[in-house]
Amino acid sequence: MEDRSLDRGLKKTVDWRLIVLYLLIMLFGWINIYAAVRSGEPASIFDLHFNCGKQALWMAGALVLATLVLFVVNPYFWESIAKPAYGVVMLLLIMVIFLSSNVKGSHSWFELGPVKFQPAELSKITTSLMLASIMSRPGFKMGNLRDFFTAAAIVLLPMLIIVAESETGSALVYTGFIFVLYREGLSGWWPALLGIAILLFVVTLKFSWWVSVIMVVVFAGVYLLYALRRVGSLRIRRRVIWLTVLGVVAGVALVLATDFFFNKVLKDYQRERIEVVLGIKEDLRGVGYNVHQSLIAIGSGGLFGKGYLQGTQTTFGFVPEQSTDFIFCTVGEEWGFVGCLFVIVLYGLLIFWLVQDAERSRTAFTRIYGYCVAACFFMHLVINLGMTLGLMPVIGIPLPLFSYGGSSLWAFTTLLFIFIALDRQEKKYF
Amino acid sequence: MERNNRSTKMMIGLGVVLLVLLGRLFYVQIINESYKTDADNNSMTREIIYPPRGVIYDRNGLLLVGNRISYDIMVTPRQVSDLDTLALASILDTTADFIRDRMAYYKKFRTRIGWQTLTFLKQIDANVYMRFAEEEFRFPGFKGQVRTMREYPFNAGGNLLGYTSEVSPEYLAEHPEYRAGDFYGRTGLEAAREKELRGKKGWHIYQRDSRGRTKNAYRDGEFDVEAEPGSDVVATIDARLQQYGQRLMNGKKGSLVAIEPSTGEILTMVSSPGIDVSVLAEFGKHYEELSRDKNKPLYNRAVSASYPPGSVFKLVNGLVGLEEGVLQPWMQYPCNMGYVYTSSGRKLGCHAHRSPLNLEDAVMMSCNGYFCYVFKNLLENPKYANTEEAYNHWREMVMSFGFGRPLGSDFPSELSGNVPSSDYYNRYYRKGRWRFQTIISLSIGQGEILTTPLQIANLAAIMANRGYYYIPHVVKASEGVEIDPKYYEKQYTMVDPSHFPKVIPGMWKAVNAIGEGGTANVGHVPGLDICGKTGTAQNPHGKDNSVFICFAPMDNPKIAVAAYIENAGFGASWACPIATLLVERYLNGEISAGRQDLERRVLNTKLIR
Repeated sequence: MEDRSLDRGLKKTVDWRLIVLYLLIMLFGWINIYAAVRSGEPASIFDLHFNCGKQALWMAGALVLATLVLFVVNPYFWESIAKPAYGVVMLLLIMVIFLSSNVKGSHSWFELGPVKFQPAELSKITTSLMLASIMSRPGFKMGNLRDFFTAAAIVLLPMLIIVAESETGSALVYTGFIFVLYREGLSGWWPALLGIAILLFVVTLKFSWWVSVIMVVVFAGVYLLYALRRVGSLRIRRRVIWLTVLGVVAGVALVLATDFFFNKVLKDYQRERIEVVLGIKEDLRGVGYNVHQSLIAIGSGGLFGKGYLQGTQTTFGFVPEQSTDFIFCTVGEEWGFVGCLFVIVLYGLLIFWLVQDAERSRTAFTRIYGYCVAACFFMHLVINLGMTLGLMPVIGIPLPLFSYGGSSLWAFTTLLFIFIALDRQEKKYF
Repeated sequence: MERNNRSTKMMIGLGVVLLVLLGRLFYVQIINESYKTDADNNSMTREIIYPPRGVIYDRNGLLLVGNRISYDIMVTPRQVSDLDTLALASILDTTADFIRDRMAYYKKFRTRIGWQTLTFLKQIDANVYMRFAEEEFRFPGFKGQVRTMREYPFNAGGNLLGYTSEVSPEYLAEHPEYRAGDFYGRTGLEAAREKELRGKKGWHIYQRDSRGRTKNAYRDGEFDVEAEPGSDVVATIDARLQQYGQRLMNGKKGSLVAIEPSTGEILTMVSSPGIDVSVLAEFGKHYEELSRDKNKPLYNRAVSASYPPGSVFKLVNGLVGLEEGVLQPWMQYPCNMGYVYTSSGRKLGCHAHRSPLNLEDAVMMSCNGYFCYVFKNLLENPKYANTEEAYNHWREMVMSFGFGRPLGSDFPSELSGNVPSSDYYNRYYRKGRWRFQTIISLSIGQGEILTTPLQIANLAAIMANRGYYYIPHVVKASEGVEIDPKYYEKQYTMVDPSHFPKVIPGMWKAVNAIGEGGTANVGHVPGLDICGKTGTAQNPHGKDNSVFICFAPMDNPKIAVAAYIENAGFGASWACPIATLLVERYLNGEISAGRQDLERRVLNTKLIR
């Protein structure tokens, strides 16, 4: 039996801040889904013929799920199933390629009668658990090559399978795990190099390959000067010089490969989406239509918005995927800058408090898992809002807990509440 | 503290990213005006496409309600700028003052109107519309709108069809799926089948050239959504019979309902005085006048008026008596101008007829005394502990005939009528203080019992079917229009079907046994075998109500009718001729030579001013 005297109450152990944020985001999302599907003329927000009514059901289910995860399932259970769950979901991810129906060109949905679900949603949870499980093993060191490759493989495996499912957008979310690895000791060079690579890619496409090459050389030169001033030993100096030369060669190679990658590897629609966001192509009719309409909707909201249910752009379905990927347009149009600020603050706080709790944790598993959750929310937020605001190519991923969709809502609920349960478990006893 | 340091770095990164997003939002929503102008309709215009409302046919495919095109001018007040009032007035054939008034009104309510588009002028002339369409670009914020209006090619069923009108603010508040300016079915069939008739709105997106003039489909219509026309509704009504029924009822106050017993389909439903279809299309213009009329033409008596059923209710009491075993067809009861029910000699009167009578003849002659005995035996049935218990059983059986509750028809605003509960009498007379004598009026369908004309027409259908009915309804299933499966289910009464043939010969004799004292001989049509029952119900507001129900032919009936005429005297004087003329017209297609005088008398008499 547990010693009740040491058992601290719910009030102190559960991080209610996270739960309040969770509920606020979900409810605000729901009323915006209603606003978005209003042109279809649902009888009420509970009309099950429409996404708003269905979302009400999904939400009810999510709350049940959250309760189960928080109060029924023993938190240690998650750690214990990390490996088998990861394995099963990887199998599902592969199976779905062959067994799924084709939804808008991607093969990522399982259809079981009326129920559809995307194993990719589950894989965010299992990858996070797996990563936390492996990296929290005693003796795990990011600097150890073997450990580094193990961690990298855990993330890259689902990512590659999802790319094979033609869901490049969802795969992009997994790059967020680099922050987790960084937190656990990965050299800061990795995220930096990733950033530089993206920058070079954009500059090459937007301007010219030689601008990129000049940038590579300048980067290298600055690094060289900085590094050489700091180290005295000749042996290390020589290594720095070699590294720089290697970097320049790799950089130039990347720049020259960009063209090939862009024109040969990417699919037509992906290429067009990137061109539009970079302003290479002004295409307000085709691919740019979505983003342009989205910006018009958001822009027309002004400071305070047009008022709830008063939107004109979003209501008539000019913005596509209104209640799912582009739900933020409705916020922008009807609630204005103030409403958008509110939503962003909610997410900002959620991520911040997740990281805060993770940092405070005494067990590595909880800490790493918490970072994984924060990273998933962060990537979804940035990619989704970036897309809606025309800062990023159109990548169809939902705004977590906010967009319409049962499988996404349930997955994020589980993802989040596993952390809250882990966190609670730890605070239960001194 | 390497680790915390990394955490802090990442949180700073998070902050920077969120600030970038907010900065972009700030730029898009507040600094950059171009998106707002885009939304303000500069390059693209959206035109809402109204679907044609479904039309309504009668059971034989005759068009009852059709559509014609109407032209409206719409305005989005927020988008109006540099308005040339005089030019617009001359194009639209209106006055500058009118336009100024409207604009002042929009300004006053601008916060409430917001970005909504409102109807500026309704149903303008086609030529005016064409003229406006050419000049539309000069008047930002104004646009033309083509939509369909109702048209009624056949004059039948004003109250039945109902009317459409522009949504009211109250209705809008409850139905957010509608927008200002939309039309919806207010009453009758239009309301009952609003969902199917309505269809789905669509929209077209157009692009304007630099001068804002010619419109091209945006992206060849890729983002257009076509309107989905409403589904056509097939009514169970026989329009020609309905029209004939309306003519018969002209000048009388009351209802005439005909049902096909084998399906429960309502063939005719007249409420008189009623609305003529000619006012339906522009109902708003006539509403004031009609609603003030003292004869209440807007009120659909067939489903919304409740009256005491009078003697037609004797059929129910007789059947319940047979079922309870307190009555046998051979039983005879004496009647000498009525039934004495108190020791002081109070009497429920009856008319002069031979005595004693058996059940069949009591039905034929509508003997009050006989049914007082029946009701007495029902309430003093030794099977039950007391009157109240006996009454409750009686009430339950009566309700199984569809009385005292809405029948569940698909027609809106159906009332339940009233079969008082024993609680009511307990409250009124105190528990245990009321007996058969207290409520003796119920024996002959008087007193507290109230029924709608639809309910007594349904009784006629139950008699026709010998013990069951289909819930009366006005819509047939057709493509895109489903009807509730309950309309296909037989609804049995609690009286065994074997008892019905014991009563029906009395109904046959009432109409067809000439010279034997039947109450409804005036309804006799050779060869049709009409079975009927008259009723004369007391009306506290003047002359008695004339009631008649019938079905025909006796075997395999095709039609069941109820006529209820207010303040018209005996059942035989008006209700019987009207109902039987309707039956004759339906079954024979014409009125026989011998009854044309009767027909003329009915058609030409006005009982109300």
